[in-house]
Amino acid sequence: MMNRRDLLTCHVTDKSRPAASMGPEFYTNAVLRTHENKEVRFYDDLIKGKLTLINFIYTGCTKSCPRSTGNLAKAQEILGDRIGRDVFMYSITLKPEEDDPAVLRSYARSHGAKPGWLFLTGNEYDLTTLRFKLLRWDHPMLDFDPDQHTGMVRIINDTLNHWTMCPTHATPRQIVECVSWVEATKPYAVRLRENFAKQARLDLETKEAKARGAWRG
Amino acid sequence: MRREPAAKSKTRRQKDIESTNSGGLTRRTALKMGAAAGVVTMLTSKKSLAVPAMFDDPVPPEPTVCATRPTHSPATTPFVQALPIPQPAIPTLFMNPAPTKAANIAGGEAPRADHQRWEEFLPVVKYDVHLKPALHTYHPDMSPTYVWGYNGQIPGPTFLNLYRVPVLVRFHNELPVDHTGYGSNTHTTHLHNGHTASESDGFAGDFWGPGFFKDHHYPNIYAGYDAFAGGGDHDQDDRGDIREAMRTFWYHDHRHSFTATNNFRGLNGMYLIYDNVDTGIENDPRPTALRLPGPYGVHDIPLVFTDKLFCADGQMFATAPDAVAAGDKFIVNGAIQPFFQVRRRKYRFRLQNTGPARIYTFSLSDGRPFTLIATDGNLLEHPIQKTSLELHVSSRYDVIIDFSGNNIGDALYLMNNQAQFVNNAPEPLPDPNVDVRLAMMRFDVIGDPLFPDNSQVPDTLCQYPDLNLNEVVTTRIWNFDLIGGQFKVNGLIFDADRADATVKQGTAETWIIRNRLPASGWVHPVHIHLEEGRILSRNGAPPPPEESGRRDVYPLRPGEEVHIFLRFRDWFGKYMIHCHNLGHEDNFMLVRWDVGTATSLVTSPVDSLGNPNPSAQPNPDPPILSNLFNKKGVLA
Repeated sequence: MMNRRDLLTCHVTDKSRPAASMGPEFYTNAVLRTHENKEVRFYDDLIKGKLTLINFIYTGCTKSCPRSTGNLAKAQEILGDRIGRDVFMYSITLKPEEDDPAVLRSYARSHGAKPGWLFLTGNEYDLTTLRFKLLRWDHPMLDFDPDQHTGMVRIINDTLNHWTMCPTHATPRQIVECVSWVEATKPYAVRLRENFAKQARLDLETKEAKARGAWRG
Repeated sequence: MRREPAAKSKTRRQKDIESTNSGGLTRRTALKMGAAAGVVTMLTSKKSLAVPAMFDDPVPPEPTVCATRPTHSPATTPFVQALPIPQPAIPTLFMNPAPTKAANIAGGEAPRADHQRWEEFLPVVKYDVHLKPALHTYHPDMSPTYVWGYNGQIPGPTFLNLYRVPVLVRFHNELPVDHTGYGSNTHTTHLHNGHTASESDGFAGDFWGPGFFKDHHYPNIYAGYDAFAGGGDHDQDDRGDIREAMRTFWYHDHRHSFTATNNFRGLNGMYLIYDNVDTGIENDPRPTALRLPGPYGVHDIPLVFTDKLFCADGQMFATAPDAVAAGDKFIVNGAIQPFFQVRRRKYRFRLQNTGPARIYTFSLSDGRPFTLIATDGNLLEHPIQKTSLELHVSSRYDVIIDFSGNNIGDALYLMNNQAQFVNNAPEPLPDPNVDVRLAMMRFDVIGDPLFPDNSQVPDTLCQYPDLNLNEVVTTRIWNFDLIGGQFKVNGLIFDADRADATVKQGTAETWIIRNRLPASGWVHPVHIHLEEGRILSRNGAPPPPEESGRRDVYPLRPGEEVHIFLRFRDWFGKYMIHCHNLGHEDNFMLVRWDVGTATSLVTSPVDSLGNPNPSAQPNPDPPILSNLFNKKGVLA
């Protein structure tokens, strides 16, 4: 694929690319089309230097997708104005032959997607490549069945090259918490304040448990 | 190692005496300085015991890990390095700040609930353990590898404990703040399978970040302590029931969703508890002593297994920033395919699989059986002879291997018979009869024992507590499943803030665990925190001999069902049942259950949104096996 010189050049010419990022060599720069019918390059436009949530759906999916998309919509509400600013959401179709930008646009509208949440389609080769790289069960029988496709949402912080994933059937609060797991470590003083706040909550719980007899001092 | 310089210095000294013309800085003075430096080296060397913080190596920077998956790890010559023995943890004499019952947040402690029963089990022995990056050499043919370790060691230090001597371990998180790539610098340590209070159990959701410490309180009591308060009838000296003793534990990172990557980076080690039965001393004159081979590090050897894939520059490769690769290098105690020199006598080996996912099937190259004496750290009532041992992730087997019938010069290999990959070992193979790609390590018989082998393997090792099904107050079913492309247990997704069952302290229950994906090929080694269980049945049949003892890991192959008897004692709070394939647990295949003051009648009282779950039933599916027990509660 790429020789070492290409890799070097890539680093030299692309100063906006984070040093820790796996870059387009991994993510590819596959050209996708958004539900707003805009062309985007996967790494450069969607991943580079961003914090992103990526899942795979198809609009005709009636089993697990409605709940998945619904939960992501609620997570979008909790994340508020961060969506489109430093957090981006991408739902990529598993059935590009059915889901053209127009279909995706009405799907996005019906779920109240705000700017910063893109629904993406593209050619089947590119989409399969992306799915294999991002979210794939290590089990072909399950993986190739669109009804059993992984219902996880991949969460990527490209700047630190941190990944995690969260089930889309978890609560929206959990999905938002998972996002925090890939963010940069906050300053010590901030985390110390958080510790005091968390301890205060824990102490209340313990006090309540002691009153019930469910804690032995 | 230590004898060599002394021998050299003797000859040097003779030479020194012979040379009379040396002036100024004499060779003798130089020699003295050298000897002093040697002492310092000994003190500071990682190979010697304590490493005071002031002598610590500087923190290595995080390397760039190769971008593309290597087809194989660098070639390494097998059996050229001696098996490392994990160093015993060194207690701290003066812990600063002093440990407290309530979390010392202002002093830098991470949030936690107050220690339960703190005054009752005031810690006697204290340890400071630092989680930090280090460079570790897995094989002399390979460049040093950037790792995370407890005290920077791979595996971490071994804690040697005594029952009834409470311990406090202070974990200092010194992982890099500016960490990039796989793994998380937030962390929580689980002592597997400690009978410990919830706040010291390392619950997956209770992780905390760099710059802080956290005190874990390990009282080292026998489970069922309360039932025997005031002296049990089996051992008047003990409070607690000695029949509940468990001896081989391991501790490891349990950070939710990052357990595989953090363990892959090296965050795990061993924890052993001795008592006046399993004393660790083979010449123990006390009549209660079993006199199994010992002591630790000499004839009582932990074998901590893992497998890794390395980049050409020796760094560990992860398939993705949140997933680890299957390895093509077998690693024992942090060394790739080591050798271990044994004498013609008995040894006790404590086999431990730290994952991330591999299932080992061990055998010895000459076909002799292992003498299996303990499963998951619990002595069996009677030893079992097994030629083949299947070791699942997180499971432990204590085995005795007797080399007294061997000739000096014999070599014996510990084989893994699940041929899953190629080792890329250089030719020629050292033994034409052994496929070196499948050999975990080699035992070299080097001589007769230095002292007579007085160790024993008694025909009766212990007696188990009664298994009384009349104590069972409810039966719970845990269905491990894949629904909507997500791992779910009983149809629910793990939420650290939601308990899916509450068990009443002091009661017993039957838990039925099922792998509901018959065609998946996935094995789920299910682990239950807090208590050791007894398998009542596996797929409707009595458990095989190696599963007839006390366990805390219950492997479920596709479609299987296991019934387990469990008592819940002494502690309150949140615990877990989860799949111990580290990748699966990272994908939320966990359940939180609590020990409380009442039994919840439904297994999952709320749905995944936290709403009351009216459809939840104690028994959502008819069990695969009905009428397992007769009316008296006895296994039919």
